[in-house]
Amino acid sequence: MSPTDRNPDQSAPALLTVRGLQKSFGDNQVLKSIDLTVARGKVLALIGPSGSGKTTVLRCLNGLEIADGGTIEIIGADDATHAPVTIDFAAAHGSRSGVPKKTLGTLRDRSAMVFQHYNLFPHKTVLENVMEGPVVVQRRPRAEVEAEALALLERVGLGEKRDSYPFELSGGQQQRVGIVRALALRPTLLLFDEPTSALDPELVGDVLRLIKELAAEGWTMVIVTHELEFAREVASEVAFVDGGTIVEHGDPKEMLRNPQHERTRQFLHRLLFPF
Amino acid sequence: MTESTWQLLLDSLWPLIHGAITGTIPLALASFAIGLVLALGLALMRLSRRRWLSSIAQVYISIVRGTPLLVQLFVIFYGLPSLGVVIDPWPSAIIAFSINVGGYAAEVIRAAILSVPKGQWEAAYMIGMSHRRALTRIILPQAARVSVPPLSNTFISLVKDTSLASLILVTELFREAQQVAAFSQQFMALYLEAALLYWLICLVLSSGQGVLEKRLDRYVAH
Ligand SMILES: Nc1ncnc2c1ncn2[C@@H]1O[C@H](COP(=O)(O)OP(=O)(O)O)[C@@H](O)[C@H]1O
Ligand SMILES: [Mg+2]
Repeated sequence: MSPTDRNPDQSAPALLTVRGLQKSFGDNQVLKSIDLTVARGKVLALIGPSGSGKTTVLRCLNGLEIADGGTIEIIGADDATHAPVTIDFAAAHGSRSGVPKKTLGTLRDRSAMVFQHYNLFPHKTVLENVMEGPVVVQRRPRAEVEAEALALLERVGLGEKRDSYPFELSGGQQQRVGIVRALALRPTLLLFDEPTSALDPELVGDVLRLIKELAAEGWTMVIVTHELEFAREVASEVAFVDGGTIVEHGDPKEMLRNPQHERTRQFLHRLLFPF
Repeated sequence: MTESTWQLLLDSLWPLIHGAITGTIPLALASFAIGLVLALGLALMRLSRRRWLSSIAQVYISIVRGTPLLVQLFVIFYGLPSLGVVIDPWPSAIIAFSINVGGYAAEVIRAAILSVPKGQWEAAYMIGMSHRRALTRIILPQAARVSVPPLSNTFISLVKDTSLASLILVTELFREAQQVAAFSQQFMALYLEAALLYWLICLVLSSGQGVLEKRLDRYVAH
């Protein structure tokens, strides 16, 4: 239910290392050069203006998008049995076929994403949504997966909704199912793309509280968010993304109070004083 | 109408129904089943990133939709023998109707697949699915719901179009009607009777469509 390593030790190697990640769509160079490291059990918050490339970073980390250059290295759930994998995108020349299928599969196996618009499967019940990946893709025993899925749903207060279809749930409930679906895959890295920005304001709290609990349990996460207060409380580090690069990063409390760069300052000001 | 006309209608009812049961309905069902498989393949070819695959499907669909079904039927049954390919009436009809359904249903299925939000593909990939598995387990079930109404229309059209098979000597509802009409010279009565039977079949199919839609609707907000 939670990462094997609940007490990350400081000397542990970075769980995720991104170096010089580049991505273009046609002539539009969305990611110029992104560098990130996240240690095991840490939470990185990505903030930045709309269109700056935050979602693209997450999509590259989940293998939904193939970068044109740079490397992604991710270690496994358990150092003893899972070797780190490194994908060198420059060698792949931005084509899906250039990246070994197995390596891409490993990247996908080790990370799980929670989407801005939940993206639950509408033709499957809540329980089926959660079990689909572990049973159909990972081929784990159905009974074991079901017990685990029910425990997770119970934990987020949705045990009763196991047989409901997504359309019968509120946005906040759907997003909690989205989070459970990601957890059930037993990833090493959790990715959140603005998990609350599609929610009605009164439903935001439940979802943020859940993410905060997961952080406290030692899950390693990268979270794109506009909730500054949340980032301050939960993140170990904040990175400000603008124009396809990381303009500055650092301790959340420090950086959000006293940003070093003018662009960061302007962005934070706009977020705090929208009109 | 005279009493003898009524008697004729009554007497011909069984041959016509028999023609529907042994001709019209199996012909439509077989052609629709084969046509759907063909259509799914064509729709996937159309959506393929490989340009040449997509082009082949596009040309196929264009030809099928741009030529009359009756002409397609005649090419296969009366045309091919001159190339030394002789096909019996029944297989000829099934081939022609399947090819035709394939062309029309391909576009329906393609549109239905495209109507499934991109986020569904992404969520499927996110949980580790391959393209094929995402398609079969996540995308097609949702596309199926969207394609039921248009595919039902295709099927209903097909049922009516099977009457064309009478022109290549397939014994089905309309050919039975023609034969009784020619024998009795009661054209109006027999052809109206045939029309009524086609209508009844289509009414049953329409209500079947409603049931199917309701069943597939269980996961959609009303
Ligand atoms: N699949 C795509 N094709 C073309 N352009 C894209 C695609 N995905 C994202 N972009 C572009 O990349 C830029 C960054 O997008 P995104 O990563 O979604 O930014 P953010 O999440 O920070 O708002 C935007 O200008 C967007 O239009
Ligand atoms: Mg975004």
